[in-house]
Amino acid sequence: MIKEYTSVVEVKGPLMIVDNVSDVAYGELVRIKTASNEDRTGQVLEVQENRAIVQLFEGTSGIDTQITKVKFIGETMKIGVSGSMLGRVFSGGGIPIDGQSKIVAEKRIDINGAAINPERRINPADFIQTGITTIDLMNTLVRGQKLPIFSGSGLPHNQLAAQIARQAKVLDDSSNFAVVFAAMGITNEEAIFFREELQKTGSMENAVMFLNLANDPTIERIITPRLALTTAEYLAFEKDMQVLVILTDMTNYCEALREISAARSEVPGRRGYPGYMYTDLSTIYERAGKIQGKTGSVTQIPILTMPDDDITHPIADLTGYITEGQFVLSRDLHRKGIYAPVDVLPSLSRLMKGGIGKGKTREDHKEVSDQVYASYAKGRELRDLVAVIGEESLDDLDKMYLKFAQGFEDLLVKQGYDEDRSIKKSLGIAWALLRDLPRAELKRISLTNIEKYLKTDVHTDAVGHDVMVGPSTAGSSADLDSNLGKFVKKRK
Amino acid sequence: MKPRISVISGPVVVADNMAGAKMYDVVRVGKEKLLGEIIQLDHNKAIIQVYEETTGLAPGEPVENTGMPLSVELGPGMLKGIYDGVARPLSELASQSGNFIARGIQANSIDHEKKWDFKPVVKSGDEVKEGDILGTIQETTLIEHRILVPEGVSGKVSGIKAGKFTVKENICKVGKDSVQMSQKWSVRRPRKYEIKHKPSVPLVTGRRIFDTFFPIVKGGTAAIPGPFGAGKTVTQQDLAKWCDAEIIVYIGCGERGNEMTEVLTEFPELTDPNTGKPLIERTIMIANTSNMPVAAREASIYTGITIAEYFRDQGYNVALMADSTSRWAEAMREISSRLEEMPGEEGYPAYLASRLAQFYERAGLVTTLNGNQGSVSVIGAVSPPGGDFSEPVTQNTLRVTKVFWALDAPLAYRRHFPAINWLTSYSLYSDILDEYYDKNVSKNFNTLRRKAMQLLQKEAELQEIVQLVGPDALPEDEKAVIYITKSLREDYLQQNSFHEVDAYCSMSKQNAILELILWTYDQTLLAIKDGIKVSQISALPVNEKIARVKYDKDAEKEIDNIRKEFESAVSKLEGSL
Repeated sequence: MIKEYTSVVEVKGPLMIVDNVSDVAYGELVRIKTASNEDRTGQVLEVQENRAIVQLFEGTSGIDTQITKVKFIGETMKIGVSGSMLGRVFSGGGIPIDGQSKIVAEKRIDINGAAINPERRINPADFIQTGITTIDLMNTLVRGQKLPIFSGSGLPHNQLAAQIARQAKVLDDSSNFAVVFAAMGITNEEAIFFREELQKTGSMENAVMFLNLANDPTIERIITPRLALTTAEYLAFEKDMQVLVILTDMTNYCEALREISAARSEVPGRRGYPGYMYTDLSTIYERAGKIQGKTGSVTQIPILTMPDDDITHPIADLTGYITEGQFVLSRDLHRKGIYAPVDVLPSLSRLMKGGIGKGKTREDHKEVSDQVYASYAKGRELRDLVAVIGEESLDDLDKMYLKFAQGFEDLLVKQGYDEDRSIKKSLGIAWALLRDLPRAELKRISLTNIEKYLKTDVHTDAVGHDVMVGPSTAGSSADLDSNLGKFVKKRK
Repeated sequence: MKPRISVISGPVVVADNMAGAKMYDVVRVGKEKLLGEIIQLDHNKAIIQVYEETTGLAPGEPVENTGMPLSVELGPGMLKGIYDGVARPLSELASQSGNFIARGIQANSIDHEKKWDFKPVVKSGDEVKEGDILGTIQETTLIEHRILVPEGVSGKVSGIKAGKFTVKENICKVGKDSVQMSQKWSVRRPRKYEIKHKPSVPLVTGRRIFDTFFPIVKGGTAAIPGPFGAGKTVTQQDLAKWCDAEIIVYIGCGERGNEMTEVLTEFPELTDPNTGKPLIERTIMIANTSNMPVAAREASIYTGITIAEYFRDQGYNVALMADSTSRWAEAMREISSRLEEMPGEEGYPAYLASRLAQFYERAGLVTTLNGNQGSVSVIGAVSPPGGDFSEPVTQNTLRVTKVFWALDAPLAYRRHFPAINWLTSYSLYSDILDEYYDKNVSKNFNTLRRKAMQLLQKEAELQEIVQLVGPDALPEDEKAVIYITKSLREDYLQQNSFHEVDAYCSMSKQNAILELILWTYDQTLLAIKDGIKVSQISALPVNEKIARVKYDKDAEKEIDNIRKEFESAVSKLEGSL
């Protein structure tokens, strides 16, 4: 028999203190009935002898110190998971909100998960083709990676994430693909956008959505990503699916974390965020990867909006230290009307080298990417210089670099929201741009690859040339992809 | 009254009725017997940091004091191993709990069942003392494990013989004590040595920017601070791969799980350039990833350095990489704030500086108790928030380390790797090594490396002028500086960790390439005097060959050809004037 307490002694912010309790365990789940008979859930944050500090996910309004009833359930927070969750929409607390029946759980799993033993992991190395050149060519995503989008308010991070979810393909076509989407504090409009995007391509039936919207309880945001990741792990490691998890917006998650920390009067770290935020975030982000003996994988794309576009803000900073790279969106590119506005210079994919190269993409991939990076960086530097001294005082080589940077943005970065470029086509564009630089400048590329690809070899040129004309021929490159085409199969 | 839990707050647990407990005793907490360590005492209350997840613990559950400090079991069987922060083998955890790490698992850090082939080096009747070598075991093809007389043991050896033993079987008697191959050592206590020396031999890393400009010595300390994405981990891994230490201890302290897996997958396939054997055979890894318990992260640094010292005492040169010490400091901060200690700078505990100093002081070149020489070199990565080096962990680290390798985001954005800023980095060992380089590399090398650094400094000044007036406004001799430093930066400092040849650059190759680049500079200056423009020289096709010489297996031969080609190209230019 579970004992019921009415001994709430203190309520502040999202926290409530219950006195005269016994046998309460740290981290256990709490059910609360408010004065007006509403149900709430909470979690034990600290236990002392006979007193428990409880955080309430749905807020403390309506909690009083007289009538409110509290039950300690004796187990940690769990979610009932099942394959039938695919195609369903849940609240940020895990309750179905799509008007359909309840989920019959095949298994109940602790939402906090456990750390994957590093010895049992598999180094992620399966190339995911997203069809976006700045990602595929420059910052390749691989299966089992966690790669966030660092964005700012008003930038098209949602479109980018949706495009990735829509176009992502992997080299073998036998596995099932699923998208798990967790929304934390985003607007209803944004949630509808994602839902419609998934429905448009018919991927909704392979998607699970957890929606905590802007007007939903703040503290619930602490559990939303954990529910999503527990579901994702279940689908990946027990149902053998390739799962892509989109978490948006991590900034709202961190703010909820800060709210609890402040309510507990903890010593704040930078900008008021708790000192343990790194550890807390890692328990979310580290839940990506591949495990030995399992065919499934969890790939994470968290989205966060950097306050004031500041990449050194604690949320972006700590995320970058945990994740395996980042895509940084640029307001400048966005203003110039370039989509997808990925600023490649601060962007990075740490696991890229394992997923590319001969047998995976093409043997020149790494070198081309390095070369394009170095050349574009040089062009960007010169732009600043030109602003001061004018273009006339540059020498010919510098002018070539300026032109390269321009071409890079106009032809390589810029692409359509529906344009799905093959990796070969992306490489073709890069070579077309590199051809305009003197050969001696291509120090990052081996002579063998220069011999093979730099000369206007008909095949590559055709691809490069196609692109110059415009996106109208976008679809035609598929037949040119003899290498990749036989592996790649579009997702249903 | 039995010891019992009274308060639980995250990784910190308070236990009552703990009279008799000592500071840093290891305790078993709760019904699941979670591993913990006493970090504060208050009358008969003990405050405990728990090395495992505390969810589900309740007040009233029992606490058991082992009366022993946190120790690691040392002995044969550690090489090639991967451990968590409190020295439990991850393979053992996997066999007990599967793919995910469960709680309350007890595991020996070394295999107690495996038999090792023991060969004595002393005879019965010999007089030995603490730290002396009793015998050896060929642990891997690369490393001979030397069995040492344990602490506090000395006297006449008796009953020693060759044969197969497990680590727990008696191999001999020393005085009255039976001796086994395994011994326990408390991780927070430095292991003993005879004398510490001033180091004078470089830890050759095969990375041009380090060996030439900012060298580290065997027994030295270095810090690599840098923002995320600047290449801390790649640099640490490169050092673990190519540096000429005999034993590598690699601590993944609060970092990414996939990175540790990468090391685990990659190292068995790489061969040591000095011995030709798989690199994994000399490597020990400690992996306490960011989502593993925070208190164990705090302990992982101590576990790692204790293992390093153990191999030092056997007479080896050990290099320890800690990635990242900031996560260790954050673990201290997290525990400290749970204890409601008065915070110092940025919430870090006031003892941050002294803990960092104590850790780095465990590095050094020593004469061991048995009279051999051994060393521990420590290379710590630092992850400053926002890449701001003025924060407490970076600053306190720089106060105790002698080498500073400053990673730089703008360089990384340009894919200039290793992204070490050559203007802000320093090495206090640079001058100490003059003599070594003179003798072992070339008479010329010290002059070359100083000259190259001066040119790079000069370039930085010139770039400021260029920013204002444009490159065309510079006189020809200054344009020559710009031309040659571009080559220094791109053809010398940049090094491709993933290129088959360029990944490791020997000292003699470093000397040869540097000599070539600076020789071109002198030739350019001479040519200018004859009226040739720098732009004509920088447009010569031979420049491409200079740029590619680092990728050449047989660089020294190629360099002679390049010189000839350069000379003839310049004289052709002169002819056309």
